[in-house]
Amino acid sequence: MYHRYVVVALSRRKPNEGKELTKEEKQRLRKQKKHQKKQKERKNEKGPSETEKDKTPVSLLPPPQPVATQKAPSALPAPASAPIPVPASAPFHSSPAPSPADKPAKSKAELKAERRARQETDRAAKQPGSSSSGIKTKVPLSELNPVVKRLPEHVQVDDPAVVKRLAKKLERQQIPLRSDYGYKVSLFSHLHQYSRKAPLTQLLSIPSTVIHPSIVRLGLQYSQGIVAGSNARSVALLHAFKQVIRDYTTPPNEELSRDLVNKLKPYISFLNQCRPLSASMGNAIKYIKKEISNIPSQCKEEEAKTKLLTCIDRYIEEKIVLAAKAISKYAIEKISDGDVILVYGYSSLVNNILCEAFEKSRKFRVIVVDSRPRLEGREALRRLVQRGISCTYVLISALSYILPEVSKVFLGAHALLANGYVMSRVGTSQIALVARTYNVPVLVCCETYKFCERVQTDSFVSNELDDPDDLMVTRKGKTQLENWQDVSSLGLLNLVYDVTPPDFVDLVITDLGMIPCTSVPVVLRVKNLDQ
Amino acid sequence: MPGADKETDLTERIEAFLADLKRGGSGTGPLRGSGEMARETTYLLRRITAQARWSSAGDLMEIIRNEGRRMTAAQPSETTVGNMVRRVLKIIREEYARSRGSSEETEQQESLHKLLTAGELSEETFREHFVHLKANVIEAINELLTELDGTTDNIAMQALEHIHSNEVIMTVGRSRTVEAFLKDAARKRKFHVIVAECAPFCQGHEMATGLSKVGIETTVIADAAIFAVMSRVNKVIIGTQTVLANGGLRAVNGTHSVALAARHHSTPLIICAPMFKLSPQVFTTCSLSLNDVNSCFPVLKILSKVNVHCPVFDYVPPELITLFISNIGGNAPSYIYRLMSELYHPEDHKL
Repeated sequence: MYHRYVVVALSRRKPNEGKELTKEEKQRLRKQKKHQKKQKERKNEKGPSETEKDKTPVSLLPPPQPVATQKAPSALPAPASAPIPVPASAPFHSSPAPSPADKPAKSKAELKAERRARQETDRAAKQPGSSSSGIKTKVPLSELNPVVKRLPEHVQVDDPAVVKRLAKKLERQQIPLRSDYGYKVSLFSHLHQYSRKAPLTQLLSIPSTVIHPSIVRLGLQYSQGIVAGSNARSVALLHAFKQVIRDYTTPPNEELSRDLVNKLKPYISFLNQCRPLSASMGNAIKYIKKEISNIPSQCKEEEAKTKLLTCIDRYIEEKIVLAAKAISKYAIEKISDGDVILVYGYSSLVNNILCEAFEKSRKFRVIVVDSRPRLEGREALRRLVQRGISCTYVLISALSYILPEVSKVFLGAHALLANGYVMSRVGTSQIALVARTYNVPVLVCCETYKFCERVQTDSFVSNELDDPDDLMVTRKGKTQLENWQDVSSLGLLNLVYDVTPPDFVDLVITDLGMIPCTSVPVVLRVKNLDQ
Repeated sequence: MPGADKETDLTERIEAFLADLKRGGSGTGPLRGSGEMARETTYLLRRITAQARWSSAGDLMEIIRNEGRRMTAAQPSETTVGNMVRRVLKIIREEYARSRGSSEETEQQESLHKLLTAGELSEETFREHFVHLKANVIEAINELLTELDGTTDNIAMQALEHIHSNEVIMTVGRSRTVEAFLKDAARKRKFHVIVAECAPFCQGHEMATGLSKVGIETTVIADAAIFAVMSRVNKVIIGTQTVLANGGLRAVNGTHSVALAARHHSTPLIICAPMFKLSPQVFTTCSLSLNDVNSCFPVLKILSKVNVHCPVFDYVPPELITLFISNIGGNAPSYIYRLMSELYHPEDHKL
């Protein structure tokens, strides 16, 4: 008797909690289909109407859920579809009633677990820009939502179907497609290779109606290499987005949170075409999209915009500027008087550390290692010499010659991958290898916003191919490789990044402290829980 | 009078050769390849043997040793010159011993048995005069010259034994021996070559154009990408400037990094070096001259405040090397000391 009431009470509160497994499974399948359809439609940008329909089972859940408040204005069409699942399950509620006493207890626990699981998956599904949502947040029950992690398009250039899909998407967004240049080495036929002489902006009309001018300028700066280095690129991106937000006005009958995200998508595709996004930029974009979609809908436009602008400023301040200060503080402990420090290329963070250490009157000298074709070390050299630090300059081929003098190696990173590998400018792994042979400690400095969930074991599967013409050099008036395009069996390879295995790295200095390379997934998990 | 003419002619040639050596320099790489250098040296030594005035083997050895000292002083980085001088000295000793009638084997080898039984070491003064010594020595030098001519071909002939199809081979900078080696293999096999360009002079570019002209799939990479690409490489085949007595190498800048990367990925490191590069010397590094440095890094205006290092050679220890391919066949680095004892007499190690 008692359990019959209990069962009925439960059913009244949560009408669409199917009691029997078969019905539960059916509902789950229905939900999955809707979820997948919703993902597809979000890509097609058909508008919010269909997604509303999907939210309806969620809105019937208990009010504390933050999602429900957002969907309140659009709840009107919802009840129309809501009754559909409810009556389906209602007639079946009476069946478990005559079951034995322990079954309702079990079903109650089962109900709770399933309810929690569904809440989590729905919350995960609601996070904007999360095509890999299934991986990012915990999915406790694996039968729910088998989301396939989508491979980014820029590493699938050899697949014609993917290329066609990308072309269609860009056409819809009215962004020109950048064509590959030059003979690609067969090992890298899955990556893009662009020429610097053919920037994407040549194909755009002026003024461009689809893309904001500050984004056009930013894209050009990226593709020409004027803005380079992951911190610089992220900061430039965030400033450009701030300008976009300032100039944005919500069209009528649209919500700022929804529409602004949709406006940003073609900009991101455009920037991706100019130069593949870095891990730091990816994380910054995720942050912005989350902030935008968390704007409550009753917020007025001006208020929302100022809120977003302060959010972006705070992100830059916290994740980049303050992080650099914290990292310098930790790193300076590791620099002692009489040190000979080796640095590679130009890393804004490492330069910052060295300048601050010099100001704190540590006595050391620096060896700057540089490599063709970018020769970024010259910039680092210039800045260090300006401060008055005594420097030595070598090319990377002289590494074995110079390493016996070195006491420490400081390296910057482009991203830290979840399996502990360090992704950085090409040549970093070579330096770490030779330093390890000479038993010189290798310290990598990296802010936590560059940590990335990807895993990678070699430098081939995901990399960036720069303009191959950069490898040409003219000595004594003669350019050996001038007509390399004419020779069919000759290819030039200009890699931008490489991955360093964690056993070459002794320490990673982050704003959270000094951690070993293998602790990166721990930091990622802590960050996710915070969010 | 004809004697005086010959002598002045000889001294002129020697002076011209020395001037050439001094000018060559190791900045942009030698003006001529080391094979040519070895040949030139041997021609000159043959001429000295033929035209200089000497009565006994000891005199000739003294003359050649003096000239050899001057030549190595003119260009210390060019070791083939010294090697050829030592070879010729060894030839003279052998011919002298043969003329004297004693068998070569017992004279040359220093074994424990000999040390025990011989008692006092007999002093060889090489003072005896033999009529046919000159002719014999010149004939032996001619044999040496034919050997030198055929070194590259001998090495290239072994190519098919070491390269299979669809291999990815890495090489560094420019080596005529390796180029011939790979071209020979390319006649029958299809494989892919990755060339590291070797900044600052980028000799690798020349190598790549040369290889691609024969239809070999070539890729040029920057020095920085060597470790990144190494995981896909099946073999590393490089040339060297000198092979040292312990089996180590004195090779172009950057070779040590390549060797370490190859060891990390367990990729075999194969050196193609003819025997005339084998040198009993100790590793000495040398750097570029200042004008070469300025030509490499022209844009550095702050050059005066900055130390710039531009070493030319790298030392590669023998543990990192898998195989030496020379004109006499393939050898392990641990066997090099033995080959050296066959080529040079221990007293000639220091000229």
